[in-house]
Order: sequence, then C-alpha cells, then structure tokens
Amino acid sequence: MSTQSRTTTRPGEPGPGVGPSGEALGPDRAKARSGPRSSLRQRTELTILLGPALVLFVGFVLVPIAVAVYYSIYKWNGFGPLKDVVGFGNYRRALTDTVFLHSIIHNVIIAGLSLLIQLPLSIGIALLLNRKIRGRTFLRLVVFAPYVLSSAVTAVMWSLMLQPGGFIDHLSKAVGIGAHTWLADIHIVLYTIFVVASWQYMGFGIVLLLAGLQGIPSELREAAALDGATAWQTTRMVILPLLGPTIRIWIFLSMIGSLQLFDLPWIMTGGGPANASSTMSTYLIDKGFHSYEFGYGSAVAVILFVICFVFALLYQRFALRRDTQGALTRMVR
Amino acid sequence: MAVLTATTQPKRGRHGGGHEAGPQSALGNALAYAVAVVIVVVTIVPLLYVFLGGFRTTAQINENPSGLPSPWVWANYKAVVTSSSFWHFLLNSAVIAIIATVLTVGLGAMAAFALSRYVFRGREALFALFTIGLLFPLTVAALPLYLQLRRLGMLENLWGVAIPEAAFSLSITIVILRPFMRAIPGELEDAAVVDGTSRLGFFWRVLLPLSAPALTTVGVLAFVTSWNFYILPLLVFNEQIHFTLPLGVATFQSQYSVDTARVFAFTALSMLPTLCFFVVAQRRIVGGLTGAVKG
Repeated sequence: MSTQSRTTTRPGEPGPGVGPSGEALGPDRAKARSGPRSSLRQRTELTILLGPALVLFVGFVLVPIAVAVYYSIYKWNGFGPLKDVVGFGNYRRALTDTVFLHSIIHNVIIAGLSLLIQLPLSIGIALLLNRKIRGRTFLRLVVFAPYVLSSAVTAVMWSLMLQPGGFIDHLSKAVGIGAHTWLADIHIVLYTIFVVASWQYMGFGIVLLLAGLQGIPSELREAAALDGATAWQTTRMVILPLLGPTIRIWIFLSMIGSLQLFDLPWIMTGGGPANASSTMSTYLIDKGFHSYEFGYGSAVAVILFVICFVFALLYQRFALRRDTQGALTRMVR
Repeated sequence: MAVLTATTQPKRGRHGGGHEAGPQSALGNALAYAVAVVIVVVTIVPLLYVFLGGFRTTAQINENPSGLPSPWVWANYKAVVTSSSFWHFLLNSAVIAIIATVLTVGLGAMAAFALSRYVFRGREALFALFTIGLLFPLTVAALPLYLQLRRLGMLENLWGVAIPEAAFSLSITIVILRPFMRAIPGELEDAAVVDGTSRLGFFWRVLLPLSAPALTTVGVLAFVTSWNFYILPLLVFNEQIHFTLPLGVATFQSQYSVDTARVFAFTALSMLPTLCFFVVAQRRIVGGLTGAVKG
C-alpha cells in the first residue's frame, strides 16, 4: 500500500493542489507557490473537511476519557457538585478490591483460553479447509454467520439452551458428560461463557486465516515439495511462518476482544453467581450504574483504559511492527 | 522477489486463490469434509433450535427441551409480529445504524481526503490523534461516555447512541480510507484541476466514486457494528420506546421468562433481519469485515 503512494510524482502542477506526493514538497514550498490567497482557501477547505470529524472525535472519544480522569479523584454519586476529593483513594480501592482483581483475572483467563484453544483449533481448521472441497463458499458463509449476530442475541439464545434440564443438558447427558448447572456453578460458568464466545467469534478468525492462506502463493508449496519436504514440514516451515502476520492480527483482535468482554456475561449471568463470571467491564457498569459510584467508576474506567492502551501499544511495538518491516508476504503481495 | 510477484500475480488475479493443496490426499479430503460437517452442524443447530422453539408451546419445551414442534404453533410468532414493541425496536435499530453509518462514512471520507491529499503542518499528528481510537474499545469508555452524554442532555435520544458510535468508528474508517485515497494517482487530480474543478469538486466528483469499494467496506463495518451494539443503548435508554433490537431482546427475555416459547420466537425474529442481510450481502460483509482488519 505505502509503496504505491510514493510513485506518484506530478511535474508542472498547476494551481494550489498538492497531492499524495506532497511529502516531497513540504509545506513551505507549497505555500510559496500558491500565495496567501490560496493559503487562506486551503485553510478554509481543511476546516470544512476536518472540522466535523474532529469535533465528533474530540467531543465523544477524547473528552470523556479526559473528564473521567478528573472525576476519578472524587467521591461522587453522579448528582450534586464535585467536592469530596479523595485523591488516589479510588484507585487504591480498585486495586485492592478482590472482586475487581478477580474480574481482571477472568479477562486474562478468557484471553489465555483463546490463545491456547481457539487459535490452534482455528489454524488447524483453516489449514484443513484450504483445499478444493465442494461447497466452500457455503461453508465460509455458515462459519461466518454467528459473527454478524449481535452478541446480545447470542447471549439470549444460549441462555435458552443452557437452562437447567434444557437442550444442552439433554445433549451432554447423551454424550455422557451429564447435566450441569452451566450458568449457576461458580466453577463452570466462566468456561461456559468462553464456549459461547468461541461459538460466536471463532468463525471470523477462521475466515481471516483462510484469507491469509489464500495469499500464500502455491509456488512456495510446490517448491518445498520438490525439495522433498513432507506435508507436515511444508506446513510448519513454509505455510505457518508466512501466515505469521495474519496470526498476529488474529491475536491482537482476540486479546482486545477478551479485554472488553461484556455483553455475554452481563446478559447470561450478570457477572454472577458470586462474581464468578464478572469481567472488568461488567464490574465497571455494575459499580457505575447500580451503585451510583461515578467517581469510583471513573477510576475503574481509567484503569481499564490504561490496560488496553498499554497492551495495544506494546503489541504494536513488538509484534505488529515486524509485519510492516517488509515481511515476505508484503513483497509477494 | 520481483520475479515471483510477476509470475504469481496474473494467476491469482483470475482465480482469487493462491495456495491450494497440490496433490490432494484422499485421507486429507475425507478429514476436511468431516470437519466441515461438524462445523456446519455446531453453527447451525443453535440457530435452528431457536427458530423451531418459536413454533412450540412453553409446555412442549418444558416437557422435552430437545423435541420438535408437535403440533406446530404459530401463536408465538404471531404475537411478536403483531406487538408494536418488536417493530419499534427494529425501527430504532435501523434509524440509529443508518445515522451512524452516514456520519461515519461521510465525515470519515472528508477527513481522510484532507489527511491524504493536502499538505499542512500537523497533518501526521492529527492522523495519529485519530488512530488513538483504535487502541481502546467503546466498551471501556462506556461510563465516561454516559456522563458526557448526560452533561450534553443526549440521554433518551437516538442521536445520543448514533453520534458516539460514529465517533468511535471514525478511527478505523480513516485508517482504511487514507491509504486508499493516497493511492489514487495524482494525474487524475491534475486533470480535474485543468478542467477547472476545485479541489472539493475533485473530491466529490472523482475521488469519492473511485473510492467506492473502500467506502463500502467502512460502511458495512459501521452499520454492522451499530446494529449489534448493546452496551451504549443499555446505558442511554431507559424507556422501552427507544430500545434497539439487541437491547429489546435482552429485556424481553427477562420480562417474559415464564413464557419461554415467546422468548424463542422473539429471539428468532430478531435474528432474521441480520441473517437475511448477511445472506444477501455476504460477499461484501465478509470481505469488508475481514478486509478491514487486514489493513
């Protein structure tokens, strides 16, 4: 992508227009050529083009976060003036609250299970399905379908099936696992939710991986075969490394998704029983809205924000960056 | 590498697929079919179960949770379709998703145009600012956002959901559109200018039509995200008249927990628009959603 934009050079450019080749020109040269009148005109155009988006973005993304930092040092029930300064008290309380800490652990467990179970399974399925089998288009459609459903609807659907003595119990009895209170047993509930999340999101990952596999030229595989590599060796030494960028994006999306898990536990269990399925977000909404502790809730929101932010930055720095530095797939593409 | 590119390009262009298994082993194929069948069953059975459950009575369901409808009952679906709340939820979802999509695509395209084809001081900083939104999801910002909406008096208001959704979608939209708009050759802009068009005219008459594929991608992304969103409507709306479909389904379940069959019917019907839309526009949706993250 980025290489394409650099190739456009435009000699004898008339008027004030400065196109994608603009970096080469630099702002000063552009101004010198176009004069003050068009500079004013450019400024007006930029205001028209960027203004609305900027207002929306600052007003509804940046300001709320900034204001949350401010609220977080108060004890505040959401009504009346802010006057009860507690400093870092809210943060200290959050970081020593076992329910909150357990919620974080639950998110980490979900994320870990995704990496250990969903990822290998998805890669295996994608490798297996990446061949000329009949009905591949249909298969892709079906696999992807749960992803487009609202997770709220998914939550209700699975709640219906997971009712005690319900459909899932019938099935599990038939295969010998026996009936369980899937959503009421504190030792099981988190894993139940993980299974439901897998049902909804795994298909998306598989389609993503399949698209990544399609991008690997068959010549590489044929060359490996000519060199006497077995199918397993080819997969391990050729296919998987080339699939690296896709896998890293998969991991990134999966981790961000695990961190923000809310709809499924909130609707299916409300974070219960006994907070056994609470996540950072359900904790946040529970504190902020049900207990009207907006100052404390803001502190929790800031902590979540920092966790996401740090994770995303670190991951981009150490994992995704490698992809932008001329990975083989990029050159081939 | 250049040689490799040259040899692979035309082939891939026509068939769309690069790497296929070469000599296919019979065992591998059999395994692939077996896995495919398992996946299809696991995916479809829950959906089918809910749709069929809507055709049973609560008594039938309680008696045998995994049975088929006998006799088939239309009353549940009829009750949902003739209730005004279902149509209200549907309409609200549609209105909000359309507003959010139009705002996202419109404002995102304008901003991406400025950030890709103008040169001005602070451009990269501004772009970096917009990418911040990629680093954290709306769910994390839900509580601060609620307080902001309350301050602005936007609670119990469709715009109070649509506008923040658009604001949060702007990041991915601009990140997708900017390289796309950059890659459109400058000669086209020159030609437009020679023909006497202003830069905004070029944007409107040349760049936007040429960007149609990318605009579709971000549009689909914004629409699906908005349509399925749960947490923001949950916080912003108190009165049922404003509820969106996901919020409505979740509420309906807790309200009619005794009348299980009707919950089945309601849930099934609420999935129907999404699934129909998906089947009709599946190529664009799958391509859009997976293409968006591939960068």
